[in-house]
Amino acid sequence: MSALLSTRALSRSFGGLRAVHEVDLDLGPGEVRALIGPNGAGKTTFVSMLIGRVAPSSGRVLFDGQDITRRPAHARVRLGLAYTFQITSVFARLPVAENVALAARRRLGRDRAAVAAEVARTLGRVGLTGREKIAAADLSYGHQRLLELAMGLAQAPRLLILDEPTQGLSEPEIETFKALVRTLAGETAILLIEHNMGVVMELADRITVLDAGVVLAEGAPAAIRADARVQAAYLGTAADA
Amino acid sequence: MRGGRLIGLHLGLVAVLFALNFVLPAYSHGTVARVMVLATYAMGYNILFGYTGLLSLGHAMFFAAGMYGLAMPMTHLGLGAGPALLTGIGSAAVLSLGVGLLALRTRGVAFMIVTLMFSQAAWLTILLAGRWTRGDEGVVIPQADRMLLGLDLSDPSTRYLAALALFSAVLFGTLWLVRQPIGRVLVAIRENEDRAELLGYDTFRHKLGAVVLSGTVSGAAGAAYGLFFGYAGASFAETHYSIFPLLWVLLGGAGTVIGPFLGTLFMFYLIDLTSGLTPAYMLVAGVALVLLTLFAPQGLAGEIRRRWWRGLP
Repeated sequence: MSALLSTRALSRSFGGLRAVHEVDLDLGPGEVRALIGPNGAGKTTFVSMLIGRVAPSSGRVLFDGQDITRRPAHARVRLGLAYTFQITSVFARLPVAENVALAARRRLGRDRAAVAAEVARTLGRVGLTGREKIAAADLSYGHQRLLELAMGLAQAPRLLILDEPTQGLSEPEIETFKALVRTLAGETAILLIEHNMGVVMELADRITVLDAGVVLAEGAPAAIRADARVQAAYLGTAADA
Repeated sequence: MRGGRLIGLHLGLVAVLFALNFVLPAYSHGTVARVMVLATYAMGYNILFGYTGLLSLGHAMFFAAGMYGLAMPMTHLGLGAGPALLTGIGSAAVLSLGVGLLALRTRGVAFMIVTLMFSQAAWLTILLAGRWTRGDEGVVIPQADRMLLGLDLSDPSTRYLAALALFSAVLFGTLWLVRQPIGRVLVAIRENEDRAELLGYDTFRHKLGAVVLSGTVSGAAGAAYGLFFGYAGASFAETHYSIFPLLWVLLGGAGTVIGPFLGTLFMFYLIDLTSGLTPAYMLVAGVALVLLTLFAPQGLAGEIRRRWWRGLP
């Protein structure tokens, strides 16, 4: 099986700090992969290099066999990567429907009916039907996170990168989120950066653990849970929380 | 249907302006003709500032590029008014492409400063080329040359209708543009450029397109101004001619199609009426501007949109 996304010796230093150091990662089509690690492990820097927000110091990023290391962010999105921000980033003053329409329109073009149908379908999936005309800024925080997710889905990506999607969500909202991600199986691959271990263990096919910029371990959830090094570095105190 | 109502509103404005041609007294008739050309300039500015969110402090260079791109070939090469209108618009298009490619390497305040500096350079160039441009004194385009398609543009009524034709074309062009997917992307860039980039839109190219379109429309207004009123002078390239469209758009409502016209008209008549009452008319104008900024920060049309008509583009 050939990988959808691969990185080879991907590295980034900020001054003398090695934020990410020679990371090799292979993610298959349709796979749900979680990327975990303590704060400051380099997770956000790593995914920022995947989407093109941060330029690597060295190493390569391959998507569907093409070297995309030097491509600008918008070109990567056109190839099928989508990214949702850790800190909610929506078009605050525009209506909810227009936020999603902007995401859908790049793919569907000027076919108004198709865009409207996609907007309705996507908002329905994340449970925001009925809020189309509200300005995004007037949504609650949890609903803004869902809107962000809807904007990712409306792009029909082949790889959806979710940067801490459940941060700040209530328990029922997290349940909704988990159910939604399960429905995406087979539709798109997902790279999930997440602190909530319950979410990670339940959703991920495989887990990659990053610590101090290097890959500490990689494997199935059960294996990661049992890995002594991971427990020492990260899970130790949080596993039962 | 909302689209119908919108087109109705803007068609209504054009119809009122057309009717005014036949009823306005001579003085106001000339003023409104001037306002329509300058409102075209403001609409060009609004594409970049109001819709794309890029604040330029140097649009006078595009207005002047149109004006001199028309006047120079007419004066020195004997070019007819029609072709000269095209060289004027073309000059502004080329200049805005060059300036856009360089200035868009910056953002925010730096973009304001860079456009201001380019505009100062353009103004000084006009003064330095005094042998041809006659500097501050400017060049007069003789009445006999101001013929376009057999129409005499020195005739007040013809001039008024020509100004209305230009104004209407740009008004409906803007209305069309901002309802197109590409216009929506410009608004998205204004609201959150990083997000627009990560939805797969090439934001640099969209911003460059907005600079060129905005500069070209401003240049068309400058060329028309020179042709309609028979004069091109360096004062049109000075800084205050970069500030005017910003004020007009802010007053009328940035990011609204009809706002630039309302702002230009309001400002013109405010100064006109108060200057008849008191020598301190600029003080009155200043106070009116401060009040409007305090109580209607989104401008006249912006306030209409906020209170009564949320879908107004």
